[in-house]
Amino acid sequence: MNALNADYLFVFILAAFLGFQLIKKVSPLLHSPLMSLTNAIAAVVIVGAITITGEEGATPLAKTLGFIAVFCATVNLVSGFMITDRMLKMFKPRGK
Amino acid sequence: MDAFVPFAAIAASALFILSLMWMSHPSTARRGVRAGEIGMVIAIIGALVQHEVVDYNLIIIAMIAGAAAGIPMALLMPMTAIPQRTAISHAFGALAVGLIGAAEYYKHAHAEYAGGFIMWALMFEILLGFLTCTASIIAFAKLQELMGSRPVSFPGQRIVNGAVALAAVVIGVTLALDPTQTWLFPVFAALALLFGILLVIPIGGADMPTVIALLNSYAGLAASAMGFALGNKLLIVAGALDGASGFILAVIMCKAMNRSFANVMFGGFGNVVAGAAGGKDDRVVRSASAEEAAMQLENAGTVVIVPGYGMAVAQAQHKVSELYQALTKKGVDVKFAIHPVAGRMPGHMNVLLAEANVPYEQLVDLDDINPELPQADVAVIIGANDTVNPSARDDPQSAIAGMPIIEADRAKSVFVIKRSMNAGFAGIDNPIYYNSNTQMLFGDAKDMVGSIAKELAGGGSGLH
Repeated sequence: MNALNADYLFVFILAAFLGFQLIKKVSPLLHSPLMSLTNAIAAVVIVGAITITGEEGATPLAKTLGFIAVFCATVNLVSGFMITDRMLKMFKPRGK
Repeated sequence: MDAFVPFAAIAASALFILSLMWMSHPSTARRGVRAGEIGMVIAIIGALVQHEVVDYNLIIIAMIAGAAAGIPMALLMPMTAIPQRTAISHAFGALAVGLIGAAEYYKHAHAEYAGGFIMWALMFEILLGFLTCTASIIAFAKLQELMGSRPVSFPGQRIVNGAVALAAVVIGVTLALDPTQTWLFPVFAALALLFGILLVIPIGGADMPTVIALLNSYAGLAASAMGFALGNKLLIVAGALDGASGFILAVIMCKAMNRSFANVMFGGFGNVVAGAAGGKDDRVVRSASAEEAAMQLENAGTVVIVPGYGMAVAQAQHKVSELYQALTKKGVDVKFAIHPVAGRMPGHMNVLLAEANVPYEQLVDLDDINPELPQADVAVIIGANDTVNPSARDDPQSAIAGMPIIEADRAKSVFVIKRSMNAGFAGIDNPIYYNSNTQMLFGDAKDMVGSIAKELAGGGSGLH
């Protein structure tokens, strides 16, 4: 727990390379929705916030910080996914 | 229930990856959003059922409050405010990361963690989280015009910035080596927050696409660092995907301006060259009226419209769409030339035009439209300036030399819709206005495009 777990680095490197390949393929048309989508996905930090807020023996300080973090992450993931979808709905092919 | 947790993380990671994969094309992109949403729900359920979590009250309240704030924001936000929304959402995400890091730090502020990996990861996470938070707030304030979009500079700026960054790093290292010095922690957080402010105030409005992309990347990396600190692979994956995305977008933006990261972040562009232009105004400018423009457009075979930030400012996208519809109805082939840095965030012009019902096939990227421009009969430049400046191509002395441009000047004739002869963001003289094949349409973009569209629709009779 107190040293770098090489597994984590392994996962990070693979995910970063995969990310580069996937993002390179995204059409420049969709760069704005892409940004709000990745922002919503990054709001998965909510899982860390949930643990901090709700775990046994959480101090009042931890609960307060965790509470704000859960709030911020929820705002991001809810509005992020919804706005991305709203933007994508507007991209219509010809003749529609 | 704990047996479910690792599988939830694997499923959520896979769905996030699929989500990005489906974003590659507009026809599958909405499926990508669904995948992301499902992945998120699975991840949250996985977090809630862990045996460590015993108290749900605060979590539920925070999630309900967050949804109550997020849903109206998502439904009511006008599309023109998307760059601001993106900036403020980076601030929210980064704040969450910073606060979680702070809570984890206090939990681990014991001698046994001194110099341990967790502490290093936490310090990195907290530094990046807090600086991204304030940097994004400043970016938001500039985009929302709560503060001027011109770069803010003061004497000794680089020295001050460097000193603040150095102090933050030194204190971070001290805390990692001796976590029991809890009194230093607020100083560390404050320095990180201050550094975020200092980082973005010297950056001008037109560089916002790069800055927003870079902040997107930072927010992702901070989430990944948190994954390292908490030993959570799902966070590592999601953060790495977000970080990679922001980084690639930032690289695309930099390339589209032929500038380096360092130059965008520390260049104070716009200020430096603002005084260079002007002084030689004996050249002839030809101006035309909406009727003349309409007539020429009507008789054209192919028209390329080049939108820029000015179109967004004037909220002219719906009128531009009317112009597109009117010309298409008359059999004219109309395409839109989209420069990667047009507007205030990556893809800004595409979203505005899509909102105004322009089919996405007509929105053409810089590299694909340039070979077509010499064959185009008319190019119409609406609120774009530096992205069509031929001196970037022709004049090695120009401040924007080497920046890829949309070669609108190569079209047979060019109309430029512009309020006045003022220089663009970069403050650089634009020779395209004085070319013999250019005619200026002076006026507000929305009004001017509206009157041209009206002329076309009414066949010149003025009737709609």
